[in-house]
Formats: sequence, C-alpha cells, structure tokens
Amino acid sequence: MYHKEKSIQIKNSASSLYNNLSVQRIAPRHLTYFTVVHANVVNMVSASWDGLNYSHRQLQSKEPNVATSTSLIMQAAFCVLPSRDLLVVTSQKGIQMYESDGSIMVYWHALDTPETPTAQAIFGRGISAVGQNYICVGVSSGSILVFDVPSKGSNITLSEVLEEHNESITDLASECSGSQECIADLVSADDGGNLYVWKSGEEFQILNKIAGFDMTCSSVKLWKGTVVAGYGTGQIRIYEAVTGILHAEITAHARWIYSLDIAPFSGLLLSAAEDSLVRVWHLTLTPETNSVEVAHLHNECVTDTQICGAKFCDGDGYAFAVTGYDLSEIIRYTQT
Amino acid sequence: MSSSTLPLLFINLGGEMLYILDQRLRAQNIPADKAKKVMNDIITTMFNKKFLEELFKPQELYSKKALRTVFDRLAHASIMRLNQASMDKLYDLMTMAFKYQVLLCPRPKDILLVSFNHMDAIKDFVKDTPSILSQVDETYQQLIEMYTPLSSGEFQLIRQTLLIFFQDMHIRVSIFLKDKVQNSNGRFVLPTSGPVPYGTQVPGLIRVFSCAGEEVSRLQFTNGGNYTAALREGSFEIFGDRVTKLGTNMYSVSRPVETHMSGTSKNSAQHTKVNTAPNPLAKEELNLLAKLMGGLEVQKTGNADSGFRVNLFATDEEEQEALISRPDELSYGVINIQATKDQQANAELAKIMGEFTESGDQSPCSSSKGDDLLAMMDGL
Repeated sequence: MYHKEKSIQIKNSASSLYNNLSVQRIAPRHLTYFTVVHANVVNMVSASWDGLNYSHRQLQSKEPNVATSTSLIMQAAFCVLPSRDLLVVTSQKGIQMYESDGSIMVYWHALDTPETPTAQAIFGRGISAVGQNYICVGVSSGSILVFDVPSKGSNITLSEVLEEHNESITDLASECSGSQECIADLVSADDGGNLYVWKSGEEFQILNKIAGFDMTCSSVKLWKGTVVAGYGTGQIRIYEAVTGILHAEITAHARWIYSLDIAPFSGLLLSAAEDSLVRVWHLTLTPETNSVEVAHLHNECVTDTQICGAKFCDGDGYAFAVTGYDLSEIIRYTQT
Repeated sequence: MSSSTLPLLFINLGGEMLYILDQRLRAQNIPADKAKKVMNDIITTMFNKKFLEELFKPQELYSKKALRTVFDRLAHASIMRLNQASMDKLYDLMTMAFKYQVLLCPRPKDILLVSFNHMDAIKDFVKDTPSILSQVDETYQQLIEMYTPLSSGEFQLIRQTLLIFFQDMHIRVSIFLKDKVQNSNGRFVLPTSGPVPYGTQVPGLIRVFSCAGEEVSRLQFTNGGNYTAALREGSFEIFGDRVTKLGTNMYSVSRPVETHMSGTSKNSAQHTKVNTAPNPLAKEELNLLAKLMGGLEVQKTGNADSGFRVNLFATDEEEQEALISRPDELSYGVINIQATKDQQANAELAKIMGEFTESGDQSPCSSSKGDDLLAMMDGL
C-alpha cells in the first residue's frame, strides 16, 4: 500500500518526545515544511515537492533579554489559522511563536518558573490552533493557555487560562475536518488519560469530560466530532466527543504510542509507537446509525527505532513522514 | 524536564561501574582483601548520607561533563587508581549499559525495577559489612518513597529526560555485539517479539461497541511482530523478584569488557553538545557539584604500598594506544584526577570548594568568577 521514499536528512537526531514531528504543506510554493525537536533545538527543513531542493534552519529555545539559557524544548508545531500560519515552540521556560518559516519570532510568553526547582516539572506541551483566531498551549500544571492571535502583527495576547486538568497536559487537537457543523472544536488530553472536549470562543466552554484510566494519553485527534486517543498501554480508543460514548477500542501497539494523525479528506488514521511500528487504519463514520468502523490497512516497521513522530504530509494521506529517537532523518512513505 | 532524574541516573551508572570494577579486579587477580576494600570504599562513598541528600533534591540533570567528574571522583574513592584511558572506557561502558537498559525497559516504570536490580547487587557486595548495609537499606527507602507514588506519565518524562542525556551515543560494546543486542553501527536491537509490557495487551484486536456499550464486532489484524502475553509484575519493595533481567550483572571473568572506538566518527556530524562551556549557567552547576563533592570524602591513602592500578584493557600498551587514538568528539573534557597528580589535584579542588562556600552567593560579577573557576578546573 505504501512504499519507502528517499529520507530527508536533518542536522540533529530526534529526541524522544510525544508528537515529535510537525508538517506543513505550502501548496502555492510547492513546498513542505517539517520540524523535529532535538533537546534545545528545533530542526526545520523546507523540502520542495520535486525533491530537488532542501533548506535547513535551526531555532533555539532562547528567551529574549537573557544572555544564555539551556531550556529543553518539549514540542514544536505548525498552527494554521484562516488568516496566518505560525510555528509554536514550547519549552521549560515558555512559549515562543514564530512566522511559519521560522524567520522571525513574533511572540514570547514566559512560564512561571520558581527560583529553585520543585518536584513538579515545569514546561509547555500540547499545541493547537483553534477556531478563527486562537492558539492553545498546554502546561505541565494542567492549565491550558488560550492566546488570541490577530490576523497580522505581534499583538498576540493571552485571552484565557483554562484550569480543568489536574495532571500534565500531553496533547491538544482541534477539529480537523473543516466542517462547520461540529460543535466541539478542541480536545485536550493529560497524563491521567483524561480528555476534555471544548467549544472555543471568548470564553471557552467545556462540552464533555471523558475520564481516563490512570494511563497517559500521549496523542489525540478530533475529526468529525470523533476523538481518537492513543495511550501508553498501546491502546487506541475512539470516542464520540460530545457524549463520551466509546465507539471502538484497538489493541494497536506493543509499546507506548507517541503519535497519531488523521488525513481529514480520506479518514485515514496513522499511529506510531515505541514498538518500531507505524500503522495505517481507515475510519468510517456513519452519522445515521452513530457508528464507527475501523479497518486496519497497513504496517511499516522502522527497524530498531522507537518512533516519536508520524504525520501525514497531505489531507488525503497519500504520503506520511516518520521520525525516531536517535535518528537523524525524516523517513517518508508514499502510496504505491 | 523531570527534576527527579538524577538519583536514578547516578545509582544505575554507579551500579554498572561496580559490576565492571568487580570483573576487572577478579580478571587482574587483585588479592581478595584489597578488592573487597575497594568495593566497600566506593560503595560507602556512593551512599554517603550528605551526598545522597544533595542528590535527591529536585534538580535538572547535570551535563555529561559534570557527571563524569563525579564518577571520576567516586572511582578514586579507594586505593585503586585508573589511568585516563581506563576511566574513559569505564565511563563509556557504564553509560552504554544504562542507555541500553532505559531503551529496552518495557514500561517507563520498569526503570525503577532496573534500579532495584542494581541496588540488590550492591547490597550483595556489602552483605558482610553491616554499617554500609544500613546505608544501602536507607537508600532503598528513599527510592521507594520518592518514586513509587509517581504516575506512568511522570516515569515516561524521567525516561525521556534520560534519553536526552544519552542522545547520539553509539559506542560499540563487545559484550553487546556478541550477544547481538547491539548492531555494528552501534544502535541497539529493538525486538518486535517477546512479552508485551505489564498492563499492555498483545496487539491485534479491533473491538467496536454500540452506543449502549455492548460489543458489536471484533476484528483481528496482523501485528507484524511475534508477541506473547505480559509476564507478571516485578516487585517494587525492598525485597522481591524484579522479574526483569535488565540491570543485573552481565559481566563475568570470562566475558571481557571491550569497546570499539573506530566507526563512531561517522556520528560526529550529528553530535550536538547540549551543554557547552563556557556558559554562565555552568557556574550554577559547579555550585551544585562543589556541594556534592563536599559529601564525597576521599579515602586517605595511609600506606602508599597498598595502592594499585586497575586497567580496563588487556595490556598496558593497549591502554596507551587507546588514550592516543580516542576521537576528539568522544572526549569528556573533564578534570583529570590522574594517579601521580592526585594529591595536588585534591588540594586544588578543596581550594575551589572552600572558595565557593566562603563567598557564597550571587553578585553582579559572579559570572566572571564562574569563568575563572571553569578555567581553573580545566587546567587541572
């Protein structure tokens, strides 16, 4: 179903972090951007579609006005809003937002870090664009920061802080189907496997809470009102967002799941874990009967690699890319 | 990242160091009483109360450079001496072994079981010495207190922090190559077979439910591996069967401890130094280091004749050769407390520590003081 393409070499190896690959397709310029985090550096590659041109850039987690800092980065993700695209980077010290080519930093938000370290680690993790003009970022305390992003310029403001989760946020996802009918537009996941479903607005509203089972939900997606969640036990669970009804449960992987992705136009689901496997599934939603069908389509084994990032490169799922711990390349697969 | 990582890193690396030294002491036919003294001295120093107090405080991981310095000191806590080449090799082996254990742990929480395997072995080394035994027992209590309440997500964060520390290390270890757990490119073999972790099911089942919660269909799929059901859970108490073999002693007199340096230069292009000195923040690290070292009381070598040198290589010539041919990018760049200069080095270090505690705190020009200190330490 898929075959391996030529890999893209990156300047550093990928660190073992959840969802450690972000992909953005720039159709008008026939380019795709990739970001992979290595310790305190974000490796960015811009790849031309004809496979002939690659350009690299590295971003460091430095706060402005401080001489030096070694702050480890937890996640880097592209946020696509109707008016603009930004690259958001979260670290132990705070949240940085760049123009999506990484050229200029447009905003910096510092996290409250105490003088002497405490037992509770402090960092940002979980990034998603939501609705027309919001970017949400999760924090290790369980808070979710909601930033209001104007259509241009750097006048980004912190609009709200959502304090519902009691455990560290692991991932955030917004409704990716493009459908205007879905009420829920954000789902947040935490270290206890708890999922909160939100409606965005000037004040975000909780639509539902789906209780966890004391196991980290490391990656989550929201598609056509359906939550797809991956857990440390290797399980994938599919819920109806607003009601919390469990549609399906898959014993998908033999180790901790690190990344999920959905191709919104085709309903293909990608899952990747520390067990070296990437799996492709197909989801069929039947609103009339409120049922979900799941079919397993394909496996790829990345030998001797603990996978930490896997994303589709386009909305149909024609191609996907994979990163692994200690691997200095982005491995690509395309449909045969 | 996690501020609870250092104790696990230290105890596991320390455990590996003891396995290797124990093997070398036997291989070199060091008299039993001297060998025992070395092991006892090192273990006493490792579990020094003041030292452990500092270690268990919430803090970020040290840089590789700083941690290597601590282990240099620890290895010289007794009458045994190691030349730089042997110390380098010892550290390579320790770190690659623990990297292997961290990577292969089925669940992040199993890192604690690996730590208990090391602790169990250390306890066995000192079972005839009640005073040290009680120090070790106390440390079990501290580990249990600190780590058993942590959630699976917090353990994964600790594991991710450790993996960043071990990032890009691909030194080939002879015993791993022989056992086929490491490839010739230095990467570890991650099998897609064997028992799944405790709490995980063998992959292969899709279950679909109705809105009322009843299962309406089950579909199987090929998982691409050869998995079996999980083994029973290991014990997280002071005594018990840990179940996992990770962290147990893999060396014996007949299995030599070699590393291969060649072929690793391929990775130098990808070698990013996360904590590069000079850096004003290193001053803070040196602060911590000085406090830690204050607790590491080095054994006074009463009788010069009782001291001896241990070689991690088969011959002295090999050791010399290893020192010369070690690739630059693999040098740890730390304070070299060498045999002949030890007295002088100790005096210097003591002076530095004394200086630090006297002046005590952050002043506007303290960053330059940090630079001086680094320069002094590098010059030793």
